[in-house]
Amino acid sequence: MTTPAPSGDLDRPAVVDAQPITYREAMRSAIREALAQDERVIVLGEDVADYGGTYAVTKGLHEEFGRDRVRNTPLSESGFVGAGIGAALGGLRPIVEIMTVNFSLLALDQIVNTAATLLHMSGGQFSVPVVIRMTTGAGRQLAAQHSHSLEGWYAHVPGLKVVAPATVEDARWMLPTALDDPNPVIIFEHNALYGEQGTLDPHGAPVDLESAAIRHRGDDVTLVVSAGMVPKALAAAQTLAARGVSAEVIDLRSLRPIDIGTLQESVSRTHNAVVVDEGWRTGGLSAELAATITETCFWTLDAPVRRLAAAEVPIPYARHLEDHAIPQAADIADAAVELLEVGR
Amino acid sequence: MTRFRLDGVTADEARGLLDDMIRVRVFEERCAELYAESKIRGFLHLYIGEEAVAAGVIGALDAADNVLATYREHGHALLRGVPAESIMAEMFGKATGCSGGRGGSMHLFDAATRFYGGNAIVGGHLPLAVGLALADQTRHRRATTACFFGEGAMAEGEFHEAINLAALWNLPVLFCCENNRYAMGTSLETSESQVDLALKAAAYAIPAWVVDGMDPLEVRRAARHAVAAIESGGGPVFVEFQTYRFRAHSMFDPDLYRDPAEIERWKQRDPIDTLGRWLVEQELLVDDDLAALWDRARAETDQAVAAADAAEVEPVDGLVDHVTAPRVERGRVPTGAP
Repeated sequence: MTTPAPSGDLDRPAVVDAQPITYREAMRSAIREALAQDERVIVLGEDVADYGGTYAVTKGLHEEFGRDRVRNTPLSESGFVGAGIGAALGGLRPIVEIMTVNFSLLALDQIVNTAATLLHMSGGQFSVPVVIRMTTGAGRQLAAQHSHSLEGWYAHVPGLKVVAPATVEDARWMLPTALDDPNPVIIFEHNALYGEQGTLDPHGAPVDLESAAIRHRGDDVTLVVSAGMVPKALAAAQTLAARGVSAEVIDLRSLRPIDIGTLQESVSRTHNAVVVDEGWRTGGLSAELAATITETCFWTLDAPVRRLAAAEVPIPYARHLEDHAIPQAADIADAAVELLEVGR
Repeated sequence: MTRFRLDGVTADEARGLLDDMIRVRVFEERCAELYAESKIRGFLHLYIGEEAVAAGVIGALDAADNVLATYREHGHALLRGVPAESIMAEMFGKATGCSGGRGGSMHLFDAATRFYGGNAIVGGHLPLAVGLALADQTRHRRATTACFFGEGAMAEGEFHEAINLAALWNLPVLFCCENNRYAMGTSLETSESQVDLALKAAAYAIPAWVVDGMDPLEVRRAARHAVAAIESGGGPVFVEFQTYRFRAHSMFDPDLYRDPAEIERWKQRDPIDTLGRWLVEQELLVDDDLAALWDRARAETDQAVAAADAAEVEPVDGLVDHVTAPRVERGRVPTGAP
């Protein structure tokens, strides 16, 4: 981990025989297990075979399972995402990889107009058990066509389930649950997380796709984050501790549905909330979260909910500009301190 | 007068084709009346004039095959075996409709007959057809996926992406282009730089044929030939069926963009009139039997309307049903450190 580890005694015993593993390896391990255990599982996407996946998640899997099951596609996002949806209708359990959320816009028709609607339009006859994985987020100087965070757009759509694993445990154990789900599940993998190391309980098991997780306990302020903002919020919590502020960090995990109960419980204890999103502010996920917290916790809040989001700009290339375009750990810590001053 | 030839199509089959087309025609004419009576609402796209295509192709399929169609799909659903009552009830927005009143005219679905819509994003269902065929190929399930679409879809990227994938992966898809010459009000000549549609499809290195879509016997022969080629492992086949809709695009369309003389010329080739007359001429059908086909079709439609009228609507408290499917609860709640 490049970020300070949170207190290790959060509702579970210390992991015995824990194995160090990267987020990328954890994801690959989940896909490998799915391919090995269920012959209905196939992997579809651009360069998932010989190249090993753009972020090397599927590396080597085509050698183990063959090119029919780990299937390279042409650069046809709408075509192969739609084919994944059709294959799910036809009884397979496809895992479709899209290089980045930016490219997924070429398949937006299939995801929003087809995958999300078929069950309803057909009066409950045709469910679409497809899993669509895609990379999201900035931080690698890839500029405006490879760096956006559009999770909130997908979280807007009824019929989809949207998750963002931020830990190696979730990278490893969300996938089997997603494959088990009869609905389309979109998994957002933040590109900055692939190299993150963590430990996996060798006796781990599938995790749910609905609940938020408290990654760090605190009493003074709740930091609500997801995906690439989780390590930053954990770092901010350490900084805040040194400044005498006890911050609680909630990793949303699921962006649709949102676990309102966990948010409400936390904010009713801390009386303060900072919502952090790597997406844009206007009409974004942070707006939804701030409104939800305000609606459900208004009378327990000491101050208005504070929002931190990406600057209203296409993500720029230059390092210093990119850094300023998205919330950083220091911004989160500063926002929390300012918020507490307002409420004082 | 169209000169038909049986040539591999039995007389029984020819009479069956006529029967199928009449059923669709009567059903569709009735839909137009019901729209005028406000019993059917939303968009309503009628298949009148194009019946030979669905009749010829769908009759060449078997129960294991998959069918996908456009928003002009009542006829396809009916001929695939979706009961007329449940189609009509769907258009009435009733609970007994084949999509529980959630879909309407443009979104007929039926799992029992492997009828995958009723798709109203032009070209959007072509990748789905590819996926269904990929599932069949992967599972070693012998089946053809027949996908109907208009020529307008061939200007969409999804057509090109889908046909490329199907060709690349040698998938059992029958691409059925219903070329009725107009994408809503936009003529083929003003929307395609290459109006030879089979030539466009052939660019994907697959068999691509042009068939007279006003001749149900030709359509049947082509469909049978295509299905045989597909089932022998030859990969996808594209067929352009040249046809024409006699009515406007939808009930909202004043039809300002077509020359009435052109419509009249095509009506001379009405597949129901021409095949009916030819069968009588050839003494393969007597007038009384022809009249009986129309009577039966009217009775079927009458019954569908009566049942749809009598059916209940879905209760409002079911509004958000079928948004996500329930799943067996699985998965522990994660806790602890990242």
